[in-house]
Amino acid sequence: MLDVTGISHTYGSGAKTHTALGDITFSVEKGEIVCIVGPSGCGKSTLLRAISGLLPPTAGESRFMGERITEVPHDLAFVFQEYSKSLFPWLTVRGNVAFPLKARGMSRRQRHEVVDEALGWVGLADAVEKYPWQLSGGMQQRVAIARALVCQPALLMMDEPFASVDAQTRAELEDLLLRVRREYDTTVLLVTHDIDESVYLSDRVLVLSKAPSTVVSTLTVSLGAERDQITTKETDDFVHLRGEVARLLRYGTAGVHDEVHEVKQAVPVEAVAE
Amino acid sequence: MKRLVRNTIGTVGVLAVCELVGRSGLVNPNQLPPPSVIGARLVEMFNDYEFSVDVVETISSWAISMVIATLIAVPLGILFGSVPAVGKVTSAIVEFLRPIPSVAMIPLALIAFGDSVDAKIALAVFGAVWPILFNTVHAIGDIDPVQINTAKAFNLTRRQMLTQVKLPAIAPFVLTGVRISASIALILVVSTEVLAGSAGGLGSFITETGTGGAQMDLAIAGTFVAGVIGFAINLIFEWAQRRWVNWSDGDRAR
Amino acid sequence: MTVTERKEKKVTPDTRARRGRAIGFLGKWAVFAGFIAAWQVATTLAEAPYFPTPSTIGETMVDLWLSGPASQLWLSDAVFDDVVPSLLRLLGGWAAAGVVGVVLGLMMGRSEKLYDYFSPTISFLRSVPPPALLPVFLVLFPIGTPMQLATIIFGVIWPVLLNTIDGAHTLDETVVETTRSMRLSKPRFLATVVLPAALPKIFAGLRVSLSLALILMVISELVGSTNGIGYQMIMAQRDFSLPKMWAGIVLLGILGYVLNVLLLVIQNRVIGWHTRSKSLTGR
Repeated sequence: MLDVTGISHTYGSGAKTHTALGDITFSVEKGEIVCIVGPSGCGKSTLLRAISGLLPPTAGESRFMGERITEVPHDLAFVFQEYSKSLFPWLTVRGNVAFPLKARGMSRRQRHEVVDEALGWVGLADAVEKYPWQLSGGMQQRVAIARALVCQPALLMMDEPFASVDAQTRAELEDLLLRVRREYDTTVLLVTHDIDESVYLSDRVLVLSKAPSTVVSTLTVSLGAERDQITTKETDDFVHLRGEVARLLRYGTAGVHDEVHEVKQAVPVEAVAE
Repeated sequence: MKRLVRNTIGTVGVLAVCELVGRSGLVNPNQLPPPSVIGARLVEMFNDYEFSVDVVETISSWAISMVIATLIAVPLGILFGSVPAVGKVTSAIVEFLRPIPSVAMIPLALIAFGDSVDAKIALAVFGAVWPILFNTVHAIGDIDPVQINTAKAFNLTRRQMLTQVKLPAIAPFVLTGVRISASIALILVVSTEVLAGSAGGLGSFITETGTGGAQMDLAIAGTFVAGVIGFAINLIFEWAQRRWVNWSDGDRAR
Repeated sequence: MTVTERKEKKVTPDTRARRGRAIGFLGKWAVFAGFIAAWQVATTLAEAPYFPTPSTIGETMVDLWLSGPASQLWLSDAVFDDVVPSLLRLLGGWAAAGVVGVVLGLMMGRSEKLYDYFSPTISFLRSVPPPALLPVFLVLFPIGTPMQLATIIFGVIWPVLLNTIDGAHTLDETVVETTRSMRLSKPRFLATVVLPAALPKIFAGLRVSLSLALILMVISELVGSTNGIGYQMIMAQRDFSLPKMWAGIVLLGILGYVLNVLLLVIQNRVIGWHTRSKSLTGR
């Protein structure tokens, strides 16, 4: 569905150049949730922007359903970390969710229905006429997710979507995302710095190195479709994978297992920085 | 660099279009002469003693009114802002007086002072006092109590408190007020000159040359000089704000 | 849940604030009435020729504008001959400048090229004190409404234009990316995203422009007009009728006050979301 080949990106020119992305190649299959995890400042967000057409990459290309991406494709939706900025303060929750539909010329009545359904789905049926700033952070991010979902995108790109909400809300939103996937079979590419989150959510985890970042390793997560915040995180598979990701992040390779075994429960690089 | 090139291209382009329009016959070249003609007049005018006197008179009237307005408004503003009761009463009165457009006073000032320089300065002071006063009062009220308490903890005298804490704290807002007043004062000085005809200054020059439309090149050149003065004033204040009060944008109290 | 909680909590401080505002409002008018009374006493005692008493000014105003027949709601002919044309020019010029300023400002605020090409010209033109243009406009445009409209439009467009450019330019990058990921057309983007986001700054510009428009309306009528409030004042000046001149000054003050209040009401309706979102989230 999404094929990324040799993407790299360099900011600035002359003495001030900063190569954020080395040479990144991977692909995402239909129906998958793929998480990209990397140390802070490694250019995770740049990667999403370069893939999606928001930012022209210095080199390389990405193809979406076979077609080369030059601008954000119709079937792609975005959820950003800064929900408070990404929602329009002058529109109600309904107005915000209906915004992309209106741009596509959907009739008023149809919009109404679709928006009601989407908001009910994310648990905000009561907040339809409220303004974003009357909602808590978690609720605002639900609105942003609803807005991304109303267009029924084939691919959902999320840039640290749950990084600015408290831990409890984060867990709720993670489960909401898993539900979206089960119900709509949406393909998701999500960037995070949280190791637990990346393992808990995904079918595959891509681990990036420091800038100029490259894909250090790809881990397949086989925890099944049904996941639970408590029991899943207690399974051996989960604990093992989380350790694996943490080691990859810290040492750039999974091969030093034995040396670091003493380090009880590898510390996430910047886990839950809030 | 790219910006500078575009700036130049754009400005030259605008002038070129004006030149073309002026020479094309679309407009009467006597009424709206092309920039090249006006440029030539400008050069001549600056060799003309009387014109230079007019320019100096306008600028000095403006400068005198700004100094007077600032000397009146800042101390008053500090007083009104520091004594809450006085502040409330005056701000109520000011709120009702401020909407009066100061140009409405021009006919009155011309009767009271005649066509003299006093009329210009009186009006310009009247118009320029309000923004400075308003910003100073607000700025005093807006000083962070933590700053005051910190200063008190250092046992500052009243005088030190004023010169070392309060004045620096309000400076950005006062300067913003002065900047707004600067353009208002210029508008009032020029307005009075335009209206009074014989009051001297750049405004009178423009009126005299523009009347009847016989010397439009001179009138437009005079207007251009008025624009240059306004532009220079803006630049100076923008520079002053960057130079001295760069820790704050100072636009909060507007 | 949290939403209803917030709503309940808001009720008490809100009503308290409203009560506080009402007291402040009455207090202000009381102070102002006291000021007028003091002025009355001072001018009566001083008998200064240039400063008629407020009661004289009030009588003159009633005489001038409120002495008409009941069929005209007691408004005199002078209201229709002078005040109404003045108001129409003022509002017409201001509105035209507003529309042009906002449209150009949105475009220039979102296009770096356009801004770079024209910013020097704009910063020069906005520095020209508008009254300096009067003698020129008197020749270029027919005396009366066309010349006055030209003066008002040219004079008041800059605050709107510059504020709109600023508002459109400082659009948050997240907003830009959000909308780009929705693939909006350029005009749609400008109208549905940039414009609302820039509205708080646009309104600030519109308010500056409105008071400037009042100034330019007066001065253009003082110079080249055959009717209007300014024309009436210049006639009064020629007659040395000080009460009539003061009547004009007071009327202009009232107009300035009322127009500003009206614009504030509209502003609160249109961008209430802005002030409320700011006070709630502090951003």
